[in-house]
Amino acid sequence: MKQSDIAELLDEPACEHNKKEKSGCAKPKPGASAGGCAFDGAQIALLPIADVAHIVHGPIACAGSSWDNRGTRSSGPELYRLGFTTDLTEQDVIMGRSEKRLFHSIKQAVEDYSPAAVFIYNTCVPALIGDDVDAVCKEATERWGVPVVPVDAAGFYGTKNLGNRIAGEAMVKYVVGTAEPKALPQGSERPGITVHDVNLIGEYNIAGELWHVLPLLDELGIRVLCTLSGDTRFHEVQSMHRAEVNMMVCSKAMVNVARKLQSSYGTPWFEGSFYGVEDTSQALRDFARLLNDDSLTERTEALIAREEAKVNEALSPWRERLNGKRALLYTGGVKSWSVISALQDLGMTVVATGTKKSTEEDKARIRDLMGDEAVMIDDGNPRALLKIVADYKADILIAGGRNMYTALKARLPFLDINQEREFGYAGYTGMIELARQFALTLESPVWDDVRRAAPWADCAALGYPESHLTGGEVMHD
Amino acid sequence: MIEVLKRNKAMAVSPLKASQPVGGVLAFLGINRSMPMLHGSQGCSAFAKVFFVRHFREPIPLQTTAMDQVSSVMGADDNVVEGLKTVCEKNNPAIVGLLTTGLSETQGTDIKRTVKMFRDKHPEHAGVAVVPVTTPDFTGSAESGFAAAIEAIIDTLVPDAGEANTSPGMRPRQVNVLAGSMLTPGDIEYLKDTIERFGLRPLFLPDLGDSMDGHLGNVEFNPITGGGTPVEDIVSMGESVATLVIGASLNKAADLLKNRTGVPDHRFSSLMGLSSVDKLMLALKQISGVSVPPRIERQRAQLQDAMLDTHFMIGQAKVAIAGDPDLLYGFSGLMHSMGAEVMAAVAPARAAILESIPAAVVKIGDLEDMEKMIADRKPDLLIGNSHAAHAAGRLGCEFLHAGFPQYDLLGGFQRTWVGYAGTRQALFDLANLMTARGKGEIEPYHSVYSQKQDTGINHISAGGGYAVATAVAPG
Repeated sequence: MKQSDIAELLDEPACEHNKKEKSGCAKPKPGASAGGCAFDGAQIALLPIADVAHIVHGPIACAGSSWDNRGTRSSGPELYRLGFTTDLTEQDVIMGRSEKRLFHSIKQAVEDYSPAAVFIYNTCVPALIGDDVDAVCKEATERWGVPVVPVDAAGFYGTKNLGNRIAGEAMVKYVVGTAEPKALPQGSERPGITVHDVNLIGEYNIAGELWHVLPLLDELGIRVLCTLSGDTRFHEVQSMHRAEVNMMVCSKAMVNVARKLQSSYGTPWFEGSFYGVEDTSQALRDFARLLNDDSLTERTEALIAREEAKVNEALSPWRERLNGKRALLYTGGVKSWSVISALQDLGMTVVATGTKKSTEEDKARIRDLMGDEAVMIDDGNPRALLKIVADYKADILIAGGRNMYTALKARLPFLDINQEREFGYAGYTGMIELARQFALTLESPVWDDVRRAAPWADCAALGYPESHLTGGEVMHD
Repeated sequence: MIEVLKRNKAMAVSPLKASQPVGGVLAFLGINRSMPMLHGSQGCSAFAKVFFVRHFREPIPLQTTAMDQVSSVMGADDNVVEGLKTVCEKNNPAIVGLLTTGLSETQGTDIKRTVKMFRDKHPEHAGVAVVPVTTPDFTGSAESGFAAAIEAIIDTLVPDAGEANTSPGMRPRQVNVLAGSMLTPGDIEYLKDTIERFGLRPLFLPDLGDSMDGHLGNVEFNPITGGGTPVEDIVSMGESVATLVIGASLNKAADLLKNRTGVPDHRFSSLMGLSSVDKLMLALKQISGVSVPPRIERQRAQLQDAMLDTHFMIGQAKVAIAGDPDLLYGFSGLMHSMGAEVMAAVAPARAAILESIPAAVVKIGDLEDMEKMIADRKPDLLIGNSHAAHAAGRLGCEFLHAGFPQYDLLGGFQRTWVGYAGTRQALFDLANLMTARGKGEIEPYHSVYSQKQDTGINHISAGGGYAVATAVAPG
């Protein structure tokens, strides 16, 4: 990929970051960087497409440590859980045999696994030695009659965020619009209900949480043509252009897809979230509003009233238990404001929140929710997070799995909110699961035990932290 | 000697291999106050980090030189210098392991020269050891990357005996242990304990038992390793009385240590199974001049008893094993010594030890290869990492977790496999798996002439007793 192509991807008019310095897209600092690369981002964005053979073109490190590594669920094919890689050798690199190996790899995948399509993720080494992956894909598509899609995502192109966009771009460029949606299944239509087609972009079906929401959409007569990319099939991506409305779920990472579908097909889009009671209801209302169907609006309001009453009743015992608990929220991919409102739904107080990837608009929403004195954390290094926990007397750290052991080593309750988590929190039903997980860790009897020194120990001499709140010994800077 | 089958297909499916940089990182995780740093793009480090976080369930220190588009094309030497400087300033490590990747090797980095550049430019960080290691991911596997890191650590830190004026045995109770990548933190703890019973002081390189054993420490947050072999100890390896080398993959590193220091060594390809452990005890007896302690004699007798008890279940079992060469050799040897049949042994990369594996077929390949090799022969048991669990499910055979990564088994990272006691527990577990498999059960036969009129109802009541009284016992 050329530098100019990368610059074009970084220039995203629909992203508020675009107007100021691109913090999410800044150059990484050697020796002080965390987080994945563009390949990581591209693979994560597309891997949930379940009936595709995802081939990683590169030596082993790219696929070897990362295959079958994500909490996304499929309701059918499991092909996406197999790791495919060209596993390039030194000879391939030196003798220029990697293109040939790629070509034969595609053949092997098509013949052995009959995938709906093959995606080729280009990585650093073949990008550096100049493999023409686009040409190989084109040739392979013609030879075997299966779509072979290049995703040019070498790690050195940039961050994970850029990789998400590269993935979205590849879908728009090579896949969307190449097939029409199938007719509605017989017997699925109900009298008086017009079925509307929509897409959910940036929904990954982590732990199957999309399945908390789909029944509601079914009831309302909203057909999800495609979720990009949780529990998706290749054909669904092909038919995305026929949606009447696109919803950007939670993350702006693939906002380029929504924008391009709007400019090419005129599809309106909105941003929403399925985390929290209020936001779930709001997302349903936004669908009804943009689909502009009076009957749908009426039925949506009825459904919201019913579901909210139901979930509120189910949550009330949990709310009593969680009321007044103080949380420090440090989210990566998931929008801070959407989780804040979910926590407030549960009666919890959010003492501070991460805003590294938040836009100005996001920050305004956070201020609305938390008040003007809201603490916003830009630099989420573990030591800073622990200090804020101590300063603001937080009871729990809510963050991505990468920070889990930071919290646990500091003897601090923790809830995983990122993609590796094992529980789904979306929709009304997901809120109950979220409440249960909070109670599980916050009320656990282990905290007292792990904070207590041995009865024979001289606490001061051994340097045991007296309490996690007053801050134990922290290693030198 | 067995013929080792080579890779014969274009694409790896369900890879068994973890990369050389991953193995190199593991070695540095066993050094105290250490920070490994991969010279590559950010993702190289991010993937390796997640790999180990999920396996050990611990925070993992790991940095990156963060090569981007421009430095990948125009040269990334400055990234190394800046990365080293940043790590030294921010994290105050005693040692930085600087490991190359496929990206930086393809670019053609001269990693030793970049370290020299850093030394010239930042004399203020002269106190921090920096160990450059060549570990591209287009050759070898995690095991060879680990071995390369150990060799580089010795090369950088252990002084030549002539120059440093050291001689073997200046520290008469100190014994070096070069601990291979197949040893778990539990294995290291066991070895430490055993060596100490002989009145010796073990010096492990690396000591994953001290850093990655999963203990709740006193510091809330530590950006570098909070345990492992201190750098000063490594420097003194030339003064030890002997070296134990565990794992054939470390032979080259052992040669270097021996040539440089003159310390005599004892090499062990495996410490699983009675005869392997016997050799270790014999060596410890010779080195220390202390007779084998009664406690260990007892453990040996316990193992022998367990071998008798379990050979009924393990004997003739058809087993397939997938893992890095040293691990593969250890398990194959153990299974073979118990009378089991190793149908297939699959390694991700070539190693000399593969030719000595007692298996019907030894193949360089992936988990798909293994599955295809044994699918029509109904294996009883599969031994491998977490990814192999899917294959075991499809094959309908029992499964035992071993190797990297183990993300779906709590405590797998620390289980002890070696020594008399470790082997004994492994045999019990293996025998239990085979028992659960119900080998030799005869399907009930229903005679066409039978007067029995069972309606298929469950005769066992909820309380556990029989609902219908059975025949009264005679007498």
